[in-house]
Amino acid sequence: MSKHVAVIGAGIVGLGIAAEATRRGHRATIIDPAPAAGATYAAAGMLAPVSELHYQEERLLALTRESARLYPGFVAGLGETGYQETGTLVAAFDAADRAALADLKQAQLAEGLEVHEITSREARRLEPSLGPALTGAFYAPGDHQVDPRALSAALLKMLRYSGTAVVSEAAAGLIADADGAVVGVQLAGGEVMAADETVVANGLAAAALTGLPEGLVLPLRPVYGDILRLRVPAGLQPFLTSTIRGIVRGHPVYLVPRGDGTVVIGATQREDGSADVSAGGVYQLLRDAQTLVPAVAELALEEMTCRARPGTPDNAPLLGRVAAGTEDLPGLVVSTGFFRHGVLLTPVAARICADLIDGVQIAAELQQFNPDRFSNMTKESHA
Amino acid sequence: MDELMIDGVPLGSRLIMGTGGAPSLDGLGEALLASGTELTTVAMRRYAAGTGTSVFDLLERHGIRVLPNTAGCYTAREAVMTAELGREALETNWVKLEVIADEETLLPDAVELVEATEALVNRGFKVFAYTNDDPVLARRLELLGAAVVMPLGAPIGTGLGILNPHNIELIVSRAGIPVVLDAGIGTASDAALAMELGCDAVLLATAVTRAQHPVRMAEAFKHAVIAGRLAATGGRIPKREHALASSSFAGRPDL
Repeated sequence: MSKHVAVIGAGIVGLGIAAEATRRGHRATIIDPAPAAGATYAAAGMLAPVSELHYQEERLLALTRESARLYPGFVAGLGETGYQETGTLVAAFDAADRAALADLKQAQLAEGLEVHEITSREARRLEPSLGPALTGAFYAPGDHQVDPRALSAALLKMLRYSGTAVVSEAAAGLIADADGAVVGVQLAGGEVMAADETVVANGLAAAALTGLPEGLVLPLRPVYGDILRLRVPAGLQPFLTSTIRGIVRGHPVYLVPRGDGTVVIGATQREDGSADVSAGGVYQLLRDAQTLVPAVAELALEEMTCRARPGTPDNAPLLGRVAAGTEDLPGLVVSTGFFRHGVLLTPVAARICADLIDGVQIAAELQQFNPDRFSNMTKESHA
Repeated sequence: MDELMIDGVPLGSRLIMGTGGAPSLDGLGEALLASGTELTTVAMRRYAAGTGTSVFDLLERHGIRVLPNTAGCYTAREAVMTAELGREALETNWVKLEVIADEETLLPDAVELVEATEALVNRGFKVFAYTNDDPVLARRLELLGAAVVMPLGAPIGTGLGILNPHNIELIVSRAGIPVVLDAGIGTASDAALAMELGCDAVLLATAVTRAQHPVRMAEAFKHAVIAGRLAATGGRIPKREHALASSSFAGRPDL
């Protein structure tokens, strides 16, 4: 049965959900005053379930690995998305950085992830731009990349082509019927849009929507990130082929080479409440990137961007339906709080949301991140 | 364990925690609970107060007192302004004063530290001064009106332990205010040693937040601080060159 699906938020996640719903024969409407202008605009687009593994976030692996697996099919037919299957090289600067990465490698191997320890000489053979002052390196062949700006533009183009309406207005809240079921969206201008299913995918702004189910708490907080885009002069091409991640005196940094001859260097994590690009953040990124790859100093600094990631208390998304008594509340799907992993998790979030809309059974390990897990609501339906 | 009194406030735990380096808020919350801490320091330059879902709300929810700090400040002026920010946002006149010299070592800059301590004391702050393990400087900070002196065991984040136990002991022996061993702690025995040397409390962050199992480490430090405090007040035996049987030979039959 074809449904009308209202998707609030046209970041990469919302666009992915709208695209998947459309593919399955539903009619989607996207509501966002500025599509792909939030965290999506800043994101580097690393698809790195292996090198993004953090201690205490092992539960997320079920989602990140599945999403990485879905990526080739997700981008197929979209045209230019910058999806590349080159691997990721992880470099350590000093002995303690190397020890930290060697410990992490044990955790990665224990989870069945593929990572190889290589010598710094081998690393420099793969990437001659790496500086000589490395203490060790690791190679994760399965960690790839996509260009989130290109991907979101391609998704928007495909959606518009297939007749999806994009409403350039903010959503003010949800509209519910007498039983609490969500039946549509109240737009900021006052207009009401009826929908069979409403997907809340507007990142940090989700918590401010009116009409959220009684008792539902969406504990989102802004974790700001500074990120740089640099152009490689013709004389230095090819600069890098793999994504380089490193730890430099305990500070993480990454360099992502794009097919268009630019390099993305990121990213800080700040909870200081400032949405401006931080001078100290830019300094730290350039310093650490240049320590790993000395020729960074020769690049042209084209862009400095700051955006907020939607963080949650456990660094995992708020994804799924909301409980109402022993049932799920009809008409509402929440998909936000993706923090550092929005781009990577888009295909799996799109599939889960579409499965929820279609009433398809979802594997238990993918359903651990219900949006009401931080709320005092009846949870029998998720027991 | 006997309570630690700071500025008239009794603290049941002698483990003061930091929040830097915590990978997630939930993980931090679990570790803080496991540590049993009643006082936790937060960098005012790194966290905005009042977002509703921040580290400050986490501390409030768990009933843990906040000690704002001036981490990341290089000059007395920055430190004073950051301290004022903390006082206004968190309504406490306690501040952990950190003025560092450079990013390589993160060691305190003694001259700026002295100047900032004086300025903050004049402005009515209770200054917890993070200082080098220098007995002369520690004494000077006390005379300037610091409420607590916090000598380092080793540079921040190094986990090297207590590099100069003699100096820490000397600082403790001459101090009329609480002495908190701050920075450099790597593992439980370091914290126990700090307490055995006579420190009133231990402050640590990285050793828990960046551990592979932060909750387990937090609990280890909780016990280490208690053990060290008991040992410090339990009257240890003198070290001897020759063995001394624990059961005496008196009463042994003469065969």
